[in-house]
Amino acid sequence: MAERVLMRNFERPNCHTLAVYREHGGYAAWDKARQIEPAALVEEVKHSNLRGLGGAGFPTGAKWSFIPKSHTGPVYLVVNADEGEPGTFKDRYLLEKDPHALIEGMLIAARAIRAALGFVYVRGEYVQPWRRFSAAVQEAYEAGLLGAGFDIVVHRGAGAYICGEETGLISSLEGKKGWPKVKPPFPAIKGAFAQPTIVNNVETLACVPPIISRGAAWFAGLGTKTQGGTRMYSVSGRVKKPAVYETSVSITLRQLIELAGGVSHSGRLKAVVPGGGSAPILTADEIDVVMDVDGLKAAGSMIGSAGVIVLDESASIPEALMVLARFYAHESCGQCTPCRESTGWIYKMVHRLVDGHGRKDDLDTIIDVAKRGAGTTICAFYDGAVGPYISYIQKFRSEFEALCRS
Amino acid sequence: MTFSPDQLAEVRRLQRLYPDRRGALLPVLHMAQETFGHISLEAEAYVAGLFELSAAHVHEVVTFYTLFFQQPKGRHVVAVCRNLSCHLAGAPEILAHVKARLGIDPGETTEDGRITFQSVECLCACEAAPMAQVDDRYEVNLTPEKVDRILEALR
Repeated sequence: MAERVLMRNFERPNCHTLAVYREHGGYAAWDKARQIEPAALVEEVKHSNLRGLGGAGFPTGAKWSFIPKSHTGPVYLVVNADEGEPGTFKDRYLLEKDPHALIEGMLIAARAIRAALGFVYVRGEYVQPWRRFSAAVQEAYEAGLLGAGFDIVVHRGAGAYICGEETGLISSLEGKKGWPKVKPPFPAIKGAFAQPTIVNNVETLACVPPIISRGAAWFAGLGTKTQGGTRMYSVSGRVKKPAVYETSVSITLRQLIELAGGVSHSGRLKAVVPGGGSAPILTADEIDVVMDVDGLKAAGSMIGSAGVIVLDESASIPEALMVLARFYAHESCGQCTPCRESTGWIYKMVHRLVDGHGRKDDLDTIIDVAKRGAGTTICAFYDGAVGPYISYIQKFRSEFEALCRS
Repeated sequence: MTFSPDQLAEVRRLQRLYPDRRGALLPVLHMAQETFGHISLEAEAYVAGLFELSAAHVHEVVTFYTLFFQQPKGRHVVAVCRNLSCHLAGAPEILAHVKARLGIDPGETTEDGRITFQSVECLCACEAAPMAQVDDRYEVNLTPEKVDRILEALR
């Protein structure tokens, strides 16, 4: 396994405290960064090939550079800690075990984008992580790390998957229901409270202190040609050792499954969801893919939040699709008609198939309905649902047909 | 239905944290739920007044989020995850077991007001599936026996 960068402190007793974080080099990167011009910090992160680890995989340095140079008003840094993608649990570990790594990453990012105020949007169900992170923020204030040019507000969500979408999150932060906003304008131009805003994922920002301490070239060298670093893979489902594994983004899916102890239950692999619930499914023959943003893209899927769910031969693909279709029907925010209507209808149709009352031509109807709505909605939520709808049926059609009456 | 003077001071502190005080709406609604047990129409109107917002806006927000209860809830909330990793680890059996033990369906509260039972989407603890949220804490690697012990301890 590659060197631990993000999980370097996880085994230390009281690793969540400022004292232990500092004892092992914590806030040295911030001391270094405060001597570096903001534009040079952005360049350093660009050269590190750090890509967003929340789902979209957008180059972090490039995103930071989108804040308009001419803007003289406030700029906000918003941390997306609304972890909710099925199969993902890495940010929970960071918030609970190394909250100061996030605070230090925020301090550096805020200097780079010239933000004086940051918000950390923690999903409402994460009560313990929220308490743990809030305590760390309190410690950072008492130590004078915060409150001297940069402030952090810890904000609790209230239960809505769509608030993990960055503009839905912004709506929610503004005290509204979490409806995504039409882009453009992108948040970097007009985001939270109508000011330029950078929204970054927890893990993404936790990468920033090591990049500043040890250099962009070192970080870039940990990964692949187009993505630097290691990342935290959440591995669950039918594996012997479900857990979060940090490794280079150059690892293959086959190696990652081995790292997680191999396939459990029947011991024979059937399929893998490689990047959270919204990632198109891969068959057992497709696991030699490299687990970086571009590797999964080339394989017709996506790395997303790196939530890997393994299904063995005894698992039912139609049931898996029914569970995910129910999730999309439940979580569609209702703003765009194609998403609101299709997610509900497709769930009903898949449910009917699983109950043994479906017909073979239902399968083509589902694919047709799914495709018609793709690309027609305000945010990526519906497109994230379409990937599973289509890939599960196309790659495992015979399993669905076996459930049909005619 | 009002907050205490200390709570009102906290509301004003929260409102000042945001560039627009409306940003404090979710935190204040969490406070309202903790104080009043659930967020009734009356509570919505009260909170709306603290923000000079319409009661309709607050209603729209309250009804959007799953963690806000519009009806009285039980003294404890047991929310069993039903998403994919938990499903693969036996969530349907756990849900059926809770249902049988409590004699209610997801979305309902026991007659004695002790427990509200829910089936919910991914709580992001898939490494320890099947799991549930019981009030503020995560209960993981559930078995029917473990569920029995957890339910019995809820008073």
